[in-house]
Amino acid sequence: MKLLSVRSISKRFGGLQAVDNVSFDVPQGAIKALIGPNGAGKTTLFNLLSGFLRPDRGSVVFDGAEVLGLMPHQIAARGMARTFQQIRLFPKMTVLDNILVGRHLHSRGGFVSCMLHLPFLRKEESSARETCREILEFLGLSGQADAEAVRLPYGQQRIVELGRALALDPQILLLDEPAAGLNIRETAKVGKLISRIRERKITVLLVEHDMSLVMDISDEIVVLSYGQKIAEDKPASIQEDPEVIQIYLGESDA
Amino acid sequence: MRKQGLQIAGFAVVVAAIQLVTSVTGNVYHLTQLTMSAYYSLVVLGLCILTGYAGQISIGHAGFFAIGGYLSALLTTHDFSVHGGPVVSGLAAMGILTRRPDLYGGELLTVHPWPACIFAVLTAVAVAYAIGGPVLRLKGHYLAMATLGFGIIVYRIVLGTELVGAADGIYNVPAFPLLPGIAVSGKFSLRVMNYYVAWVFVILGMVFLLNLVHSRVGRALASIHGAEDAAEAVGIPTARYKLKIFVVSAAFAAVAGVLLTHYNGGIGPSESSVMKSVRYLAIVAIGGMANLWGTLLMSLLLNFLSLRGYFGTFDDAVFGGILILIMLFAPDGLLRRQLFEELKGAVFPAGGEKET
Repeated sequence: MKLLSVRSISKRFGGLQAVDNVSFDVPQGAIKALIGPNGAGKTTLFNLLSGFLRPDRGSVVFDGAEVLGLMPHQIAARGMARTFQQIRLFPKMTVLDNILVGRHLHSRGGFVSCMLHLPFLRKEESSARETCREILEFLGLSGQADAEAVRLPYGQQRIVELGRALALDPQILLLDEPAAGLNIRETAKVGKLISRIRERKITVLLVEHDMSLVMDISDEIVVLSYGQKIAEDKPASIQEDPEVIQIYLGESDA
Repeated sequence: MRKQGLQIAGFAVVVAAIQLVTSVTGNVYHLTQLTMSAYYSLVVLGLCILTGYAGQISIGHAGFFAIGGYLSALLTTHDFSVHGGPVVSGLAAMGILTRRPDLYGGELLTVHPWPACIFAVLTAVAVAYAIGGPVLRLKGHYLAMATLGFGIIVYRIVLGTELVGAADGIYNVPAFPLLPGIAVSGKFSLRVMNYYVAWVFVILGMVFLLNLVHSRVGRALASIHGAEDAAEAVGIPTARYKLKIFVVSAAFAAVAGVLLTHYNGGIGPSESSVMKSVRYLAIVAIGGMANLWGTLLMSLLLNFLSLRGYFGTFDDAVFGGILILIMLFAPDGLLRRQLFEELKGAVFPAGGEKET
């Protein structure tokens, strides 16, 4: 069953056709990867799917409904969570608080009820904290709960961002280069985490440069080059694809 | 939550102690300036949550203060008996218009302070909604400029409108009977009571804002300050949250404007001047930006010193100077949380922690 269906999506920045008529599907429960050289339009595509950019053309059907034209927070509310290539943690907040912000959609307290600290908030808050502690445990970050998030080592910051996205209880998780800047050991850990995330019935779409990670964990791969989709297949077939090999060996900036 | 309760209780003790000290030392007249400081603190606390926590700067808060103060002053001093007609008599029958004696033994038909106050605050809220929508799309200096522009517009309007007394402002504003036996009034005999009334308002405001800060909404506001796109990505409607906190903040300013106007018995155009807005912002900055208690203490101290005339003719320059110095040397505010750690690090550099 298709959870996400992207049809003929295009985005132009001035003279640059960043994403050109791209279509693909993400089946429920799959791990799908988007790869391609730098500037292929992967992050632009993520921004289009999550509502941060508006496409010139195309359609994005998520969980049976068109989400194109919705605001990012509305798309998040439909069950799509994302991380960012440049880590965007909330400064001056603890790790736990960063992840608690990810529970926003699962609590209801508004401005007035929060100012009056109405009794129902106490229960809501303690159940949110409990969920976040479970997520920290899942991530292996329980010991860092009260540390200031932006002071953690880079690799752990990436994991906190992943945890914040998980806190949404999303149907699909869009990960923008989750292993960027990580060493081999940390990358392997992220790979394992992503597989375990799938076990939680969360579909994953990721952009990643680390080929061994992508080939290891993905069910299907979409290859982009200059905004166009040039291949879509299982990892084993992608590795054999002459056009893909040519792009990766013919370019020096991969 | 328990810690906040203790802080609030501690502060209430300080408020009472200050009053006792003034009565023991025979400085009861200081209570007037302390009461005024309390009302100014309400504005500053509202600005603290907007600018310090949610990261949305405003240099136009004197405008909201003035909308509250001027509307309440106008409605409670304008004699509606000269208009006549069914609307006026209808309002009088409902108790919205009341008769009261004027200074010369005549009789005035004016709006009762309660409906006047409600109307004034609701108007400020409506104005905040109307301008907040477009203005809060701007960031940083652009937002600062737009709110500054709003402040200047309000100032020029009150200065140029005969109905609100132009350069003279509005005076002979009556007392505001809040509850039976409790009135906001500048009468000497009510000075001690009014000191407590004002600080009860501040403590109430403080409880509301502390609750807000330590809640889901408070975390969402801080996340908008920290990384707006990430906040949006976790499902926080950032535009709506910014608008709502702007309106809450404007409401604090308007309530303060209404109450101080009734306390002082009048309001003049200087209350809406840009320098007042700069002053509020300077106090938030020196108070530690995202620090409600620091802001409150600085507000109490600096407003009191200013109102007692310690800054002399340099009054506005002192606040402008504070703002410049803070922005240059401590852009996170002076009384910020990490201050003690940083001081410790400076004194004992060997024990300092590693930067990432």
